Order: sequence, then C-alpha cells, then structure tokens
Amino acid sequence: MTRRAWLPALAAALVCAAPALAEIAPNDVVFADGAVEASLTGTPGDPVAGAKVMTTNALGNCVACHQIAAMPEVEFPGDIAPALDGAADRYSEAQLRGIVIDAKHTFPDSFMPGMYKTSGFIRPGNGYTGKASEGEPPPILTAEQVEDVVAYLLTLKD
Amino acid sequence: MRRTITTQLAATALGLILAGAAWADPVEDTLVIDTDDGELEIVTKAPAPDHLKDVMDTIWSGWHYREDETRDLQRDDFDNPAMVFADRGLDRWNAEIGANGESCASCHQGPETFKGLRAVMPRVDEKTGKLMIMEDYIQSCVTERMGLEPWKVTGDEMKDMLALISMQSRGEIVNVAIDGPAQPFWEKGKELYYTRFGQLEMACANCHEDNQGMMIRADHLSQGQINGFPTYRLKDAGMVSAQQRFVGCVRDTRAETFAAGSDEFKAIELYVASRGNGLAVEGVSVRH
Ligand code: HEC
Ligand code: HEC
Ligand code: HEC
Repeated sequence: MTRRAWLPALAAALVCAAPALAEIAPNDVVFADGAVEASLTGTPGDPVAGAKVMTTNALGNCVACHQIAAMPEVEFPGDIAPALDGAADRYSEAQLRGIVIDAKHTFPDSFMPGMYKTSGFIRPGNGYTGKASEGEPPPILTAEQVEDVVAYLLTLKD
Repeated sequence: MRRTITTQLAATALGLILAGAAWADPVEDTLVIDTDDGELEIVTKAPAPDHLKDVMDTIWSGWHYREDETRDLQRDDFDNPAMVFADRGLDRWNAEIGANGESCASCHQGPETFKGLRAVMPRVDEKTGKLMIMEDYIQSCVTERMGLEPWKVTGDEMKDMLALISMQSRGEIVNVAIDGPAQPFWEKGKELYYTRFGQLEMACANCHEDNQGMMIRADHLSQGQINGFPTYRLKDAGMVSAQQRFVGCVRDTRAETFAAGSDEFKAIELYVASRGNGLAVEGVSVRH
C-alpha cells in the first residue's frame, strides 16, 4: 500500500472507533427486492478502507471466494464465486449494499455470508472460538465497513 | 437474469478462471503404497454409492486434492510421517497398563485380529443398540475392562490406537451399514450434514458437495471424505482424527461446535463414512 493510501484507511479506523450516530442497526435494515436504498451511516464510504476490509481474513475476506482483477496483489484468491470486476456496471449502489449486508435477499440460499446480520443463525459462535455466542453475535462488518466496501465496489466498472 | 449477466461477464473472468483451472478438479493419479509386504494399491476413486447418485457420479479421496509433494508422502511407508504414530500405538497395545496388569494384547492377541473393523465403523452395537465410533469401543475397554481413567477422545493415546487399528484394514473397501438399526442415526447425520451452521451459515454440503474442486482462498476443497483418517496433518505437524476434523470445520463457520465424541458428531461420522462407501481405508494418510 502506498503511503498516501494509508491516510484515508487510518482516518476510517478512527471514525469506526467513535460511537456511531444514527446508524441503521442490522435488524432494522429494510430490503426491497434484495436492495437497500438507505446508507447505513448516512456518510459516504471510503473505497480505500473498503479494499482493506475485502482482503482482510478476519473482516470481509471477500477474496476467499471472489477474484478481483483490480487487486492483482492478492495471493491465492478463491474461485467459488463470480469475479467482481464490473460489479458496478451490473448492480446499482442499493443492490450492492443489499448484497454485502445479506446476499441471501438477492440470491436465495447463497453461499455468501451475510456481512451485516446478527440473527436467524443456527448455533452462532463467539467468533472462531467454537464456543457459543452470548446473545446475538455482532455483525461481521460494522456499518462503516459495509459502506466502505460498497464505495469500493462502485469503483469496479469495466 | 443474473445468470445471463454472469455469462457475459465470463469473458472478462475467463483469464482468471483459466489461471485457476489447473487446480479446479481432483488430480488424476493412482495411489500404490510401498509397504513392508510389497506394493498395495488403494482405491481412492470410485462410483458414488447409490444414496449419493443423485448428487454426484464419482467419489474421490481427499488424497486427490492435495499437492504432488503431499500425495507422494503417502506412496511409501518409509516417508509417511503418520507411521510413527501407528508404531507408537503398537507399543501402547502391548503395554501392561491395566489395573490388573492387562494390555490390549492380553485379551485381543495381536492388533491384526481387528482386520476389517475400521472399514465398517461407525456401526450400531448389536448388544446395546448404540451408535459406536472406534473411540467408543476403545474407551469402554480402557475404562471398564482395564480399570483406567478415560482417555481423552482426541488425545494422543486414543489417536495412536486409532492409527494402529486403522492400519489393520488398509486397502479394504469402506462399507458401513446405513439401514436397519443404523438408519435413524444415518438420517440424523444426513440432516446435520445439510444444516447451515454458524454466523457464516454454511453446511458441510456447501463446501464439500456444492464446491468440491474449487478454491476457497488457498484451500482446494475436497469431498471431505474420511476413508483416510486418522491423518497426519502437515499444518499441525500431528495426527488428526475425523472427530477432530469435524470440530475444526464447524468452528470455521463461526459456529458453536459440537464436542468430539458427541452424539451429533458420531451421527455425522456415520453419514460421512457412508458417502465414502466404495473407497478404500488408507490406513493412515497425509494431508496438509
Ligand atoms: C464464502 C464465499 C463468499 C464470500 C466470502 C463472499 N462472497 Fe460474494 N458471492 C458469493 C457467491 C457464491 C456469489 C454468487 C451469488 C450466488 O449465486 O450465491 C456471490 C456474489 C457476489 C456479488 C454479485 C456478483 C455478480 O456479479 O453477480 C457481489 C457484488 C459480491 N458477492 C460481493 C462480495 C463482497 C464485497 C464480499 C466481501 C465483503 C463477498 N462477496 C464475500 C460468495 C462469497
Ligand atoms: C467453509 C467450508 C467448509 C465447511 C462448511 C466444512 N468444511 Fe470440511 N474442510 C474444509 C476445508 C477447506 C478442508 C481442507 C481441504 C479439503 O480437504 O477440503 C476441509 C477438510 C475436511 C475433511 C478432511 C478431508 C481429507 O481427506 O483430508 C473432512 C473429513 C471434512 N472437511 C468434513 C467436514 C464436515 C463433516 C463438515 C460439516 C460438519 C465440514 N467439513 C464443513 C472446508 C469446510
Ligand atoms: C480384559 C479384556 C480386554 C482388554 C484388556 C481390552 N479389551 Fe477390547 N474388548 C474386550 C471384549 C470382551 C470386547 C467385546 C468383544 C465383543 O463384544 O465381541 C472388546 C472389544 C473391543 C473392540 C471392538 C471390537 C469389535 O470387533 O467389535 C475394540 C476396538 C477393542 N476392544 C479395543 C481394545 C483396545 C485398544 C484395548 C487396549 C487399550 C482393549 N480393547 C483392551 C476385552 C478387552
């Protein structure tokens, strides 16, 4: 990552740490045909931070399943799912947000995990400990991270 | 509509997909093992058993999905890192550790008396009607017949013994019973196999049936067969039993796992074993 790219990533990390104002909670998200119109944060996402989320194992880990030509530095991306190149030509921002939040509203029975979802699971765990989650588990991505990922996906045009 | 769009996209994606193609399928190869008693060919690929015919034609051992170097380690007992654990199992077999000085050998003679057993396990015990995995039989002898504290289900003593007993059936074709008294357990195992657990909402079948042959990041997904178990896992530099592997796979779905040796994982073991009916017991295998 170049030095300049660090700055927005860092800024995003700081924003995440601050208490969220007027965020839409996972159980309050409204889907329309799989799409989610309203931004979860009301603030535009940061595509650079989004790229980081997508390639970090413990976060989105999108590259476990998707290849992305614009990310040639990612080693061993998986090939289970369609390549994400041109995603912004195929889907609107609201559709992309819906797919990231919970793809099963767009693709029934999808293999893709819901990234901003906290209920409806069978035996949810406490992260990767193998132990039971106490109450609803936190979503895999925060509202900011979802918006950051959506912002990055919107840059994927052919 | 999405499907059409994805097809158009295929043109762009083609380069990437082709680059991965070398990996896409199980490798065509034959496993012939150099043993002390000469060469032994292992059936690692077979027509799917009847109960699987509607979802797949061919069953493949996980051996076919591993890199050349990993597969090679299993071709010669001399190179196979799991053999020392089977040898250690033989030492334990002969050790007079029971409360009254019994060893396994005092009642069972040599381990070769268990030839064929591994190929039909798990099974329902005729006397008790309980579903038994190999660990259960060993445990009942350890505690009830030798007066010892129970062995840890996934501990070294247990896994050494699993390795030794599995080796006695090396090359024999897996043939677990799924009907009669086994049927309710088998149905339970099947249901669990298709249940999407955890925050990632993934079932065994999502990875090992729908996506076998694909890459999930750097991992080449196999059919999740257990004919090779117990296995020496290079990543852990140690032996892994099927029960232990199940714990790991469920944990990786961000789920609360079941315990090794639990009724759920025993039912899963029976069901998964039955998906491998037709493959040969590998004795002790090597995976990464
Ligand atoms: C465990 C595998 C997996 C992971 C991880 C994953 N996806 Fe997906 N994704 C899929 C699959 C499979 C599809 C295809 C839709 C279907 O049929 O389920 C898909 C579809 C999509 C699509 C629609 C693609 C198209 O062209 O139709 C987008 C966009 C997408 N995913 C984005 C993401 C993002 C962003 C992440 C990370 C935050 C991610 N995915 C993580 C499996 C995954
Ligand atoms: C998220 C995907 C995923 C899920 C879900 C999953 N596994 Fe796995 N499993 C893997 C990966 C990756 C490996 C290592 C590579 C391979 O052999 O497929 C593996 C390996 C295995 C192996 C070892 C195969 C061999 O020959 O070494 C077995 C057995 C297995 N899994 C069984 C299961 C069972 C049973 C379940 C459900 C309880 C399950 N897995 C769920 C990903 C998964
Ligand atoms: C005091 C005698 C005794 C000792 C010692 C003993 N066993 Fe057993 N074992 C038995 C008897 C009796 C059975 C039940 C045989 C039957 O029901 O057909 C049995 C059954 C088994 C079985 C199931 C075999 C089958 O075909 O169903 C296994 C496996 C086994 N023992 C392993 C061991 C191991 C490993 C040890 C040493 C740690 C051991 N046993 C020590 C008496 C003993």
